[in-house]
Amino acid sequence: MNVTSREPNTELLRRRAAELRGRVVLMSHQAKSAHLASSLSCCDVLAAAYWHVLRIDPSRPDDPRRDRFILSKGHAAMALYSTLAYRGFYSVDLLDTYTRDGGKLAEHPPANLLPGVEAATGSLGHGLPIGCGIALSARIKGEEPFRVYALLSDGECNEGSVWEAAMFAAAQKLEHLCVVVDYNKWQATARSNETLQLSPLRDKWEAFGWDAMEIDGHDVGLLARLMAEVPNGSGKPVAIIAHTVKGKGVSFMEDDNNWHYRAPTAEEVAAAHKELGLT
Amino acid sequence: MRNAFADELTRLGDADPRLVMLSGDIGNRLFDKFRAAHPGRFFNCGVAEANMTGLAAGLAMNGLRPFTYTITPFVTTRCLEQIRTDVCYHDVPVTVVAVGAGLAYAGLGPTHHACEDISFLRSLPNMKVICPGDAWEVRAALRAVVGQDKPVYIRMGKKGEPLVHAGPVADFEIGKAITISDGDAVCLLSTGNMLPEAVEAAKLLAGKGRSARVVSFHTVKPLDEACLAEAFAKFDLVVTLEEHSLIGGFGSAVAEYAVDHGHDTLKLLRVGTPDAFFKRSGEQEYAREELGLTGHQIAERVLTRLSR
Repeated sequence: MNVTSREPNTELLRRRAAELRGRVVLMSHQAKSAHLASSLSCCDVLAAAYWHVLRIDPSRPDDPRRDRFILSKGHAAMALYSTLAYRGFYSVDLLDTYTRDGGKLAEHPPANLLPGVEAATGSLGHGLPIGCGIALSARIKGEEPFRVYALLSDGECNEGSVWEAAMFAAAQKLEHLCVVVDYNKWQATARSNETLQLSPLRDKWEAFGWDAMEIDGHDVGLLARLMAEVPNGSGKPVAIIAHTVKGKGVSFMEDDNNWHYRAPTAEEVAAAHKELGLT
Repeated sequence: MRNAFADELTRLGDADPRLVMLSGDIGNRLFDKFRAAHPGRFFNCGVAEANMTGLAAGLAMNGLRPFTYTITPFVTTRCLEQIRTDVCYHDVPVTVVAVGAGLAYAGLGPTHHACEDISFLRSLPNMKVICPGDAWEVRAALRAVVGQDKPVYIRMGKKGEPLVHAGPVADFEIGKAITISDGDAVCLLSTGNMLPEAVEAAKLLAGKGRSARVVSFHTVKPLDEACLAEAFAKFDLVVTLEEHSLIGGFGSAVAEYAVDHGHDTLKLLRVGTPDAFFKRSGEQEYAREELGLTGHQIAERVLTRLSR
């Protein structure tokens, strides 16, 4: 287990995030798969988590002492699959099998099939209740506490179960639990705040009893520092409202919700990789 | 049944530190002993069943054995997707325990009735469905559940049901029906809290010179196929009894089995609730009488069929 009291290596994390973005764009092209923009908006969170914050050992994915990361916004599976492959949970070659007949990498993360996937998600509003249970289990068992992180989308905060879990976590003071909301301002078919009003989102989490903070969700160094600080001494679960841009990193995809469903052409992949500094 | 559940779970919890009790803000005083004995393993999860069920899955993922508990529609139907996806898809040992199944809470109205839950739950992969016939079967079922590691649904009545077994059911096995009494004219297969009505029907039939085999079919999934095969081979009339809709419940499961295995389905008579909400006020006895679920009504239907 690597200890993470050190300062984040921001340059390395930026590079990892760019690599994840490049891979996600390629996977979307190869599989003609949706949810590209949703995957791009959270690559900085994943890079910060997997290359700085989490106490994990990819060779021991079931180590009971490990920190847990739950991709509650399961539609960003391409980003998670790439992260787990690059972090060494399985071969990078496996990414080529994404969405193929008979493969292990479906469009949403599977249960009990792939190392490193803590929970099968895809139906929204499930990751946080499961995360509450995992965090609470350590207390019940008297185990050395590990941290549990759940990455939610802003559209996902439409689900009532998110707020049921938020109240439970606060009542139980689950201070080893951290939510990151990928607040990219879009859901599948509309602006999120015009659909169900989320704003003021930080205030909502605070009112629900969480230590809530609002940051630039592409500041990978700050993400790494704040996530690594959990538990942060507040005695409360931590909510990081990460302001992000849907499609981040590829100028012609940024904040254009057509890329929730569209897949890029080969030319667009090349242009994206160039912008990401990967060529 | 609910008192037996709380008492047995407390005993089991003494021996097994993995047991965790999650209540959906129900059972006032019912779990006082469990709470006193295991304060760190009882959680009132509030009126938030979706979270309670996902939470249970998370606890089970890290080696615990959580039980979720509240009134039947809320612990099954309200959070059905969490049971399906968080519990069954992950195949983790969560036990969903429902109180007030069928028309046990008839007086509370259709919001609190549950005549569809078997149908929902038995269609979920990895899920076992247990409907104990009396308080002794509740205790036995709980002991059996703790000895395995799969998702389970336990469907209970409420309290004060007549006891059918004389004492602890020593040889209880999930998926193995229990013959309560034997006969040769008709086979009464009862699931859940209909068992006392089945016993009553058998008594009335005996008075008419017709002996009935009474079976407590406490597990609806997996079905005891050996028991069914023997029943269809031996009897001219096989009757399923359940306080549940005829759509998708125990009778449906038996009909599916009979069709799939080439049995004579004309032998099958299914007794259950109709495809309708029961809107009138009144307690369980009244509702059963109105819907034809009482022992004497079952006996009459059986006699009519046997005299054809």
